[in-house]
Amino acid sequence: MLQVEGLHLRRGSNDVLQGIDLHLSPGQVVGVLGPNGAGKSSLLGVLCGELAPDRGAVTLQGRPLADWAGQERARRLAVLPQVSSLGFSFKVEEVVAMGRMPHDTGQRRDAEIVEEALQAADAAHLVGRSYLALSGGERQRVHLARVLAQLWPGEEGSTLLLDEPTSMLDPLHQHTTLEAVRRFADCGAAVLVILHDLNLAARYCDRILLLESGRCHALATPAQVLTPASLKAVFGIEVLVQAHPERGHPLIITR
Amino acid sequence: MKQRIQPRTLFVCLTLLCLLAVWLSLALGPVSLPLIDTLRAGLRLLGLPIAADGLQQAEMILGQIRLPRTLLGLAVGAVLALSGVAMQGLFRNPLADPGLVGVAAGAAMGAAVAIVGGSWLGGMPEALAPYLLSLCAFIGGLGVTALVYRLGRRDGQTNVATMLLAGVAMTALGGAAVGLFSYLADDATLRTLTFWNLGSLNGASYDRLWPLLLIAAGVALWLPRRAKALNALLLGESEARHLGVDVERLKRELVFCTALGVGAAVAAAGLIGFIGLVVPHLVRLLAGPDHRVVLPASLLAGGVLMLFADLAARLLLAPAELPIGIVTAFIGAPFFLILLIRGRS
Repeated sequence: MLQVEGLHLRRGSNDVLQGIDLHLSPGQVVGVLGPNGAGKSSLLGVLCGELAPDRGAVTLQGRPLADWAGQERARRLAVLPQVSSLGFSFKVEEVVAMGRMPHDTGQRRDAEIVEEALQAADAAHLVGRSYLALSGGERQRVHLARVLAQLWPGEEGSTLLLDEPTSMLDPLHQHTTLEAVRRFADCGAAVLVILHDLNLAARYCDRILLLESGRCHALATPAQVLTPASLKAVFGIEVLVQAHPERGHPLIITR
Repeated sequence: MKQRIQPRTLFVCLTLLCLLAVWLSLALGPVSLPLIDTLRAGLRLLGLPIAADGLQQAEMILGQIRLPRTLLGLAVGAVLALSGVAMQGLFRNPLADPGLVGVAAGAAMGAAVAIVGGSWLGGMPEALAPYLLSLCAFIGGLGVTALVYRLGRRDGQTNVATMLLAGVAMTALGGAAVGLFSYLADDATLRTLTFWNLGSLNGASYDRLWPLLLIAAGVALWLPRRAKALNALLLGESEARHLGVDVERLKRELVFCTALGVGAAVAAAGLIGFIGLVVPHLVRLLAGPDHRVVLPASLLAGGVLMLFADLAARLLLAPAELPIGIVTAFIGAPFFLILLIRGRS
């Protein structure tokens, strides 16, 4: 569980993030939406300790993030970056096994977890193949399996941060990926996921943080946040919002 | 995907090759010894009770000349290959070379100062000259690497891209300095400098060997402890940090090990290229990129390749001797090209 209050971040002379309060609680998926340059990735950078905020402190389970020893932190907090630049021909299962590095659960247990994580990310059929021979979307799923393996089985006390995990995926795998993330949260993990697709966010997130030039425009349930007025104000698009005929969550249709 | 060799098979093969290389390196040379005599004399040197009849000559050649030379070859090859692995890991690029952080250029500059400066001062005392040369090369290598590392640091973070560019600039500067010294040197000094730049295992002796052996042992024991962290580093620096690796410390250790190792190797045997680039690459092609295998296998393979290169250097133009840097480049470059072409198809 990860928390930040009164977060300010400056980069150069720009205020990239201003006055963000965010609390990731166990079992919840928080989606972050916003136009390009709204500060989504910067927010993720601050939350995982890569960027130092100018004001406001990030705490992981009540302790300042910087006070955690690397390995201890890695057992509780995993991060999936937008792109990875692995240029060596590891096999798929070796890449996923790297997620077990902070743990010493033993080879046998690690191998089981790697298999389960690969299945969760729908990448089990890629076992034995070289990472370099995979397509962009397949690579993205392998890295998802890696961060899932890092926190497996996703119990309470683990936090997962995902930066656009569906950006390269086909429609089916956008859903399988977010379903896997959803199941992970249902086991007790706290999840933050940056998304661009409003409908995916509406379907899989418990709460949505709508960012607009570094400020929090809204932070509430999808039905409260995804209104024609806010989407017009933040993205400048005209939309219709209806209830999904089967599931009831908001369905966003551009006009 | 091409089938990988099992690590165990690879280690058995490399160990056998290593023993063969040591055996041949002890037996062959201007005075070739019968293989069986070499083996007996070698075992006697190890302290085994074997009759000494007819072995006096073999034992002397082995003990005084070939054993230090063989140990030097093993240590130089191993440490260059390990440094290559460290640099390819640090720069997350399979084509990185230990020379990238400026250590070779610095050592060459140090050696040029020692050789040419020594001749200006009317020649060093005969007994002191080789030590001074080694010391200057070592200090030059370490100094330039420290500077490159320093230039790559900003706000407590090391930027490897900046380091790479600083290394390129320092290598150019080092080349210019060596060129200037060559221009100013007289013919005899120029010849010494040129040959030093081509590398040689000639003239190995125990008292010049032990600093290198100590450093090689230190690097060989230290780097494998960081194998998993190196694997994680290949994912990217922030990914490695998220996996709990202290990335800044790891980078510092990699640069330090490379500077020490390559500095000591160059100080002992001059500039020897291609081992640090080719060996880790070859090992990865055979056994995959996992550093838990790549590090120990490169150590062995580096030693083996170095000994075979030295054998070629000794035997091709016998009784004259080729500088070993020429041999490693002649073996290494085409071999590397073949691997590249085969890897692409």
